[in-house]
Amino acid sequence: MSFPLLTATAALPAIGAIATAAVPAARRTAAKWLALLVSLGTLGLAAAVLVRFEPGGDRYQLTESHAWIADFGVRYELGADGIGVALIGLTALLIPFIILAGWHDADPLETKSSRWRPTQGFFALILMVEVMVILSFAATDVFLFYIVFEAMLIPMYFLIGGFGDRAHAGSDENAATQRSYAAVKFLLYNLVGGLIMLAAVIGLYVVAGGFSLPEIAEARASGELTMATNTERLLFLGFFFAFAVKAPLWPLHTWLPNAMGESTAPVAVLITAVVDKVGTFAMLRFCLGLFPEASAWATPVVLTLALVSIVYGALLAVGQRDIKRLIAYASISHFGFIILGIFAMTSQGQSGATLYMVNHGLSTAALMLVAGFLISRRGSRLIADYGGVQKVAPVLAGTFLVGGLATLSLPGLAPFVSEFLVLVGTFARYPVAGIIATFGIVLAALYTLVLYQRTMTGPVKQEVSKMPDLRVRELAVVAPLIAALIFLGVYPKPVTDIVNPAVEHTMSDVQKTDPEPEVEAAK
Amino acid sequence: MNPVNYLYLAAVLFAIGASGVLIRRNAIVVFMCVELMLNACNLSLVAFSRMHGNLDGQILAFFTMVVAAAEVVVGLAIIVTLFRSRHSASVDDASLMKL
Amino acid sequence: MNTENMIALLIAAPLLGAVVLLCGGRRLDRTGHWIGTLLAAASFVVGVVLFTDMLGRDAEDRTLSQHLFSWIPVEGFQADVAFQLDQLSMTFVLLITGVGTLIHLYSVGYMEHDERRRRFFGFLNLFLAAMLLLVLADNYLLLYVGWEGVGLASYLLIGFWQHKPSAATAAKKAFLVNRVGDMGLSIAILLMFTTFGTFAFGPVLSASAAGDTSEGKLTAIGLMLLLAACGKSAQVPLQSWLGDAMEGPTPVSALIHAATMVTAGVYLITRSGAIFNAAPDAQLAVVVVGAVTLLFGAIVGCAKDDIKKALAGSTMSQIGYMILATGLGPIGYVFAIMHLVTHGFFKAGLFLGAGSVMHGMNDEVDMRKYGGLRKYMPVTFATFGLGYLAIIGFPGLSGFWSKDKIIEAAFAQGGTEGWILGAVTLLGAALTAYYMTRVMLMTFFGEKRWQPDAEGNAPHPHESPKSMTIPMIVLAFGSVFAGGLFSLNESFAGWLEPVTAFEHGHPPISAGVIMTATITVMVLGIGLAYVQYGRRPVPVTAPRGSLLTRAARRDLLQDDLNHVVLVRGGEHLTRSLVYVDHTLVDGVVNGTAASVGGLSGRLRKLQNGFARSYAVSMFGGAAVLIAATLLMRAV
Repeated sequence: MSFPLLTATAALPAIGAIATAAVPAARRTAAKWLALLVSLGTLGLAAAVLVRFEPGGDRYQLTESHAWIADFGVRYELGADGIGVALIGLTALLIPFIILAGWHDADPLETKSSRWRPTQGFFALILMVEVMVILSFAATDVFLFYIVFEAMLIPMYFLIGGFGDRAHAGSDENAATQRSYAAVKFLLYNLVGGLIMLAAVIGLYVVAGGFSLPEIAEARASGELTMATNTERLLFLGFFFAFAVKAPLWPLHTWLPNAMGESTAPVAVLITAVVDKVGTFAMLRFCLGLFPEASAWATPVVLTLALVSIVYGALLAVGQRDIKRLIAYASISHFGFIILGIFAMTSQGQSGATLYMVNHGLSTAALMLVAGFLISRRGSRLIADYGGVQKVAPVLAGTFLVGGLATLSLPGLAPFVSEFLVLVGTFARYPVAGIIATFGIVLAALYTLVLYQRTMTGPVKQEVSKMPDLRVRELAVVAPLIAALIFLGVYPKPVTDIVNPAVEHTMSDVQKTDPEPEVEAAK
Repeated sequence: MNPVNYLYLAAVLFAIGASGVLIRRNAIVVFMCVELMLNACNLSLVAFSRMHGNLDGQILAFFTMVVAAAEVVVGLAIIVTLFRSRHSASVDDASLMKL
Repeated sequence: MNTENMIALLIAAPLLGAVVLLCGGRRLDRTGHWIGTLLAAASFVVGVVLFTDMLGRDAEDRTLSQHLFSWIPVEGFQADVAFQLDQLSMTFVLLITGVGTLIHLYSVGYMEHDERRRRFFGFLNLFLAAMLLLVLADNYLLLYVGWEGVGLASYLLIGFWQHKPSAATAAKKAFLVNRVGDMGLSIAILLMFTTFGTFAFGPVLSASAAGDTSEGKLTAIGLMLLLAACGKSAQVPLQSWLGDAMEGPTPVSALIHAATMVTAGVYLITRSGAIFNAAPDAQLAVVVVGAVTLLFGAIVGCAKDDIKKALAGSTMSQIGYMILATGLGPIGYVFAIMHLVTHGFFKAGLFLGAGSVMHGMNDEVDMRKYGGLRKYMPVTFATFGLGYLAIIGFPGLSGFWSKDKIIEAAFAQGGTEGWILGAVTLLGAALTAYYMTRVMLMTFFGEKRWQPDAEGNAPHPHESPKSMTIPMIVLAFGSVFAGGLFSLNESFAGWLEPVTAFEHGHPPISAGVIMTATITVMVLGIGLAYVQYGRRPVPVTAPRGSLLTRAARRDLLQDDLNHVVLVRGGEHLTRSLVYVDHTLVDGVVNGTAASVGGLSGRLRKLQNGFARSYAVSMFGGAAVLIAATLLMRAV
């Protein structure tokens, strides 16, 4: 049997998390370095996964399968398809930057006793999230997926509730209240979603007699396994609800602005760039893969909700006064695009949606982390407290602008490619939806540029006049992200090559073909 | 004598015990009423044993008596400590079970 | 080296400049501007080499193409990074790199005292790269990249003096209004993809010309392309950003907002000629937009006291001419491009002249505070004067040749439409003569009306340094001779014909009559301006003016309309949505949580800690259970 690469990719950060948590209180810096090295090692393993993966090969590769709970047919089954591999790569890529960006976010306050070890906990929790996310991208057993999908909530809860943004406007007590509100809200929303999904998971077991995704999908395709229409729809809804909360889709989105606003910037990136991707990924893999007919049945409603998300998220972003909440609402708008692409049921739409997940991870990370650096300098999240930063910290302002331009999908940067693919894919089948979605690009320009104008330009405010420019550590976080954004904007082929075959499989799952152009132009 | 009459007696005893538990405030009396209820149950168990012609009920009655004895030990100890600390054996004085 | 492989070099040179200058850091502060200028010049040299190479080949054989790599390979979707250099692109390449290099040179002097000069040159180089990408792309998606790229460069350069809130606002506005246009372009591309399965120029245009699809589809595509052109070329109804864009440094106004970027809409429509030719309704819309903007810009230009804003109104109006000409079909494309090139020369020259005047006048822009400058700035006066004569269409100069042809083509449209268009273009010519004469008289003639600036420094007008005057002189040469050269044997029409097709128009009245009419209205315009501003002294504070003047000063109330409808409406919408999100969407969830909390609070009261109440509930429970059991038995 070959080396279990996927398990290793998930196990390394798990061991790292335990080791990091065990570092003594006084050796704080050692814990940070340990966590960073472990995340870099994980990145190396993820790179190995990318290298070993053959785009043209089997649908699921690097598979591992071991009996786990034999009585219920639960197996420890891992396997990566192109979409999963791309997202594992994204996760492993972003975690080192998140750790590096949060280098000082969890330093203990002077007033606490010396045995207090928040730093170790902070980095160990981040690594734990990485473990769960990687496993959920790799799990092909529905029950295993459910377990890691839910287990992810525990470290996330502590990260949001335990390590808030120190730059809170207002008293410490107020900040703590807000923070615990956000953490509880995050947990409750996702638990409710998870609970409904659990019911659907059990229902699936009753209907299909097993949890293995490839086996169920194959049995469905060959006609061995048929589901009654209503059963299939109910099960679909159970799964979809959980993923729509996680994604988040309007109107299940309100936990995201709170969670992103109250947590530290790196944790906010972890939420929106990494954890939320599990929701959209799972829609593509489980909703479409297990319940193709129900997916087709639900498409009109899902598309409508996605369009509402796009426009609504963008409009609310325009109306925000808090930098981080603004980015959160922008993310809601972008998730609308991803879901639109998934449910448009065209190759371009689904390739675009997958690419969008990767690119949105990079662009939000760039924008949010720079915003975090900005906020930590001034100690306020309110847009109105800034002005003229460009004059005193040009590099910070420049990187912030690039992050913003990526968010508004400027051609030449990676998000444009994916957004355009989603638009093309949607427009081919649903022209009206495609046109409504294009309004999103105007609104995206509005909220990004308003944010940039109010914080970075104009006369220099008294409070920001002494603001230092980006430090070496911070530049080391932002520069590679920007480089990746530009590279994937100009040459997205490495990612599309991996993603395309997986999308073709999904398209055959749902038994759809792309609409033909009206005129077969001379090629 | 018809064994059903024993059941009637047990029911009456149980009712007396139950109303005593609910009405009386003195912990000792409440405790005695609990014992009365237990013994009412014992009586009906023995009567059932006789009616059905097997020994299951009598065995159960022994169990009850053993448990009741153990309970008396623990219960009286609690009441005595309560009385020591509060100088009263009234049940209503203490709402200690509330968090 | 194979000439085809040189196309990418055109873009690579300024792109390299942008990367080096923007990432290079402080160490390049002292040399950066020369690096930028040299790379722009390098691009121009490559352009000239390609041009001579192209001239050496047959007319049919002049299109070059270069395929770099496959950009977005996805099932059923092909987007390549590939370039196409034909006569139309070549014309633009020479204009962009030529005028671009001159303006780089000019900026070396103009931005001498700006501490962020290196970045300015980085942005200028970025603009050149994006603009060249726009005109060299061989498909609409790559064109779109350049299209937004120039929008970004324009944003960065308008807002270059970011510490001024007005500049930052103007930059944002320009980008946003352009985005509305970009939306049109992206919808057009989406339509092309669903209709033709591709968006490369070749297949799309040949299929449109062959009539493979319905006219309705083509009309829709055409209208969306027109929307895009309106955004980029500041045509009604998306023209409002151009006036504000004058907040940027003057070389930027000259290069981007006069000579090159704003003409991208004309390029787009000309390039998509086959689509418009097959969709007469879309063509009509193009003509209407052009005609309306032509007058709109001219009227605004007549009322502005800010020299740059007056010139901006003029730019809008001149591009209106070009758009109108492209709407006329094959009889107009060539003249639209010809006017575009001559306009590139004289309007860039005029803006550089205006910059030179501002340079000497402590950055004062109000023409009412100029006056009598011709003695102090002879070179600026001469070059500005030649540009002035060119734009009003003085016989023999560049503007005369190109504008006169457009007026002829407008008449040649035939029927009532032809007469209306002819009249509009003639009226536009009169207005052009009027507002330009007004600018000329207020700036260079009359008595001095100079005022000290905010810090109390009285202006000491002086001629600008050589690096600024040389580009102005070169552009003045272009303003004088380019039009005549192009019209010689219809050389320009012959050059472009293989790309855009060319037909001779047949106006209902003879060309001589039209030419006479053009010259007559021009003289009338000059005369009127002379009576108002040459004979009488110009008041330093603007008089109240008629209703029309006041409206024109406020850009014909366009901004007020935008403000009321879009800005206010948008603010209300977003604010109420924030409220809805907080109270309704979030409220439902919080309400559920609160009611669960309230219920548990009530239940908690049952747990009062008294042993006897627990006993009651136990007995009650037991009684209920027994009753239920008996009841079940009975049933």
